[in-house]
Amino acid sequence: MSAASLATPEQYNYPIIKRFVVMALIWGVLGMLTGVYIGMELAWPALNFDTAEITFGRLRPVHTTLVIFGFGGSALFATSYYVVQRTCQVRLFSDVLASFTFWGWQTAIVLSAIGYMLGYTQAREYAEMVWPVDILIAVTWVVYLIVYVGTLRRRTQPHIYVANWFYVAFILATAILHIFNNMEVPVSLFSLKSYSLHAGVQDAMTQWWYGHNAVGFFLTAAFLGMMYYFVPKQAGRPVYSYRLSIIHFWALIFLYMWVGAHHLHWTALPDWTSTLAATFSIMLLLPSWGGMINGIMTLSGAWEKLRTDPIMRFLIVALSFYGMSTFEGPLMSLKSVNALSHYTDWTIGHVHSGALGWVAMISIGSFYHLIPRLWETKMYSSRLIFLHFWLATIGILFYISSMWVAGIGQGLMLRAFDEYGTLAYTFIESVRFLKLPYVVRAAGGGLFVSGMIIMAFNVFMTIRQGYRERAALEKKLTAKFASV
Amino acid sequence: MKHETIETNAGWLIVLTLLVISVAGLVEILPLYFIDETVEKVEVGGVETVRPYTPLELAGRDIYQREGCYLCHSQMIRPFRDEKLRYGHYSLAAESKYDHPFQWGSKRTGPDLARVGGKYSNEWHAQHLFNPRSVVQESIMPSYPWLLQTDLRYLDIADHLRALKHVGVPYSATPEEFASNVKRFGKEVAEQLDINRAEENLINQAQAKNYDGIKDNISEMDALVAYLQVLGTMVDFTKFEDGHFSKFR
Repeated sequence: MSAASLATPEQYNYPIIKRFVVMALIWGVLGMLTGVYIGMELAWPALNFDTAEITFGRLRPVHTTLVIFGFGGSALFATSYYVVQRTCQVRLFSDVLASFTFWGWQTAIVLSAIGYMLGYTQAREYAEMVWPVDILIAVTWVVYLIVYVGTLRRRTQPHIYVANWFYVAFILATAILHIFNNMEVPVSLFSLKSYSLHAGVQDAMTQWWYGHNAVGFFLTAAFLGMMYYFVPKQAGRPVYSYRLSIIHFWALIFLYMWVGAHHLHWTALPDWTSTLAATFSIMLLLPSWGGMINGIMTLSGAWEKLRTDPIMRFLIVALSFYGMSTFEGPLMSLKSVNALSHYTDWTIGHVHSGALGWVAMISIGSFYHLIPRLWETKMYSSRLIFLHFWLATIGILFYISSMWVAGIGQGLMLRAFDEYGTLAYTFIESVRFLKLPYVVRAAGGGLFVSGMIIMAFNVFMTIRQGYRERAALEKKLTAKFASV
Repeated sequence: MKHETIETNAGWLIVLTLLVISVAGLVEILPLYFIDETVEKVEVGGVETVRPYTPLELAGRDIYQREGCYLCHSQMIRPFRDEKLRYGHYSLAAESKYDHPFQWGSKRTGPDLARVGGKYSNEWHAQHLFNPRSVVQESIMPSYPWLLQTDLRYLDIADHLRALKHVGVPYSATPEEFASNVKRFGKEVAEQLDINRAEENLINQAQAKNYDGIKDNISEMDALVAYLQVLGTMVDFTKFEDGHFSKFR
């Protein structure tokens, strides 16, 4: 032990956060590269290379799993462990259990991704993991809950800060969703194949209750927790409205749970169910925008930061995209709009304006705030952060506008009739029309992922710089103590 | 109760959060299991026409899932004029009542497959799966040449049927269950649903129909085409009055 580390007792468990941060970046780059690749497969099918492991159908779950659970999940573990320790002013409840969540989670991601390429899947969107991985995730998640709540209970602050409410709701809801959506019977103990407990209508309802709340809780509530900590921190100002955050929280978690069935409009699901879902989807606009306003207005009085602080830009643009996609969502949940948009790339565009614009941007901003503090140094390059910001923003714009064109265009083509009352286009004609939007989409995704690669480089250099500075400091201190 | 109580007490926060997030599932999902009209009854002459998959069709369905077909093809036709012309009658809930999991899909990068059964010949399907661009020039679907080259693994097919029986699909294991299936589905279908004869049934169907066009082997192509050819064929809409099914919506 050197003199320096003896001098500063480890108040917080930072090593676990560092590991999750690094893995989030690795999964982010890999997952988004996979996304760009499968996007290119749609434009140029020769890229499937007649090879089972890399066909679109097998790589698509690899993409979604790596970005949602690998990148998003690791970012949430990292930031939630940071936020809960800082706001409770106490070290994590158990280092061993926290470490277990790291290994459990990363193992689940690796096994899932390799499994999909080999053809092991449950064939449930965003829940493709085979049953042993489902069990691993369930165990990891319960341990996560124990670590989190254990830490909350040890807090030295009387109040539980608002960010933690969102993280707690996310952990609880995800546990419920995961367990109910993955009830299944394996073919045998030695088979990875299983059949889900539910069938048909009920299965569809359960799956989209899960699917949309993976968006609502995993990709929204939890990242709002991130927002409620990192936006005020970076702005150096308190949250705009305390009252609004209370309404935001309870309304959001109540309403989200109802809306999954808007993915099943006009299907064999009974009308009453999907009508109910559409109604709640419209209502959901209110808390969503309340939260957005709360985040953006936190910056009031410090607007000039947007000019100088690239991190602030990431956070505010993230909130703007949050506002945009939570407006687009209710719009698409209207039955008349959904009749056109469902089954088309409009949905894909909508998901990405949320996933890239909101989830990735808020995570990136939070990481740029967090990383220098974890490794006790400054970011290696501020200019690279600016560059990343522009690559990401322009990339998203390419992505979503091409998908609007693709989705609305295809939707209109498929419902068009000619003057004789027969269908105006064949299906394959709509596929031909999609070629150009698909190329533009791949380009947009390429811009976004190149920004991620620049970030990974910037972070790598920052970490190296952090270690060097620390080594230099320790050397200096040792020399000083030796001379005394 | 003041909100401060919740903010200062992790137990309250957890309990109230759990309550608030549980309401929707109880009101919106649970009733779907109990309301009878949720899934239509489809009977012709007292015999149910929507039946569980034969062993070969089931093996094909497993391949359909393995390859992630559901990510680009839906199996759910909506009640719109253009969809009726393009794909056929809108899908009934009953038509997927034995689908564990459902394969309705969420995206049509390719066309809907809910009623693809019987629309094309077996040869067309085998050729199309082998190389889609050889029959549809501008298709962006991947080629699946390995389906034709890989022997179907079916030694544990009975285990698959048994697992599905556990989740409620009426495959029969005992003579009583077989007799009840004869009553429900007719003798011919009931024999296909007999777990004890699963392997034999699979081999017989593959050899009789020879879906992949290659004799002496049972390939993954045989199974997948068998599955595709049964999709949407279990309800004969000519046997029902117009509007018969709309009262279930």
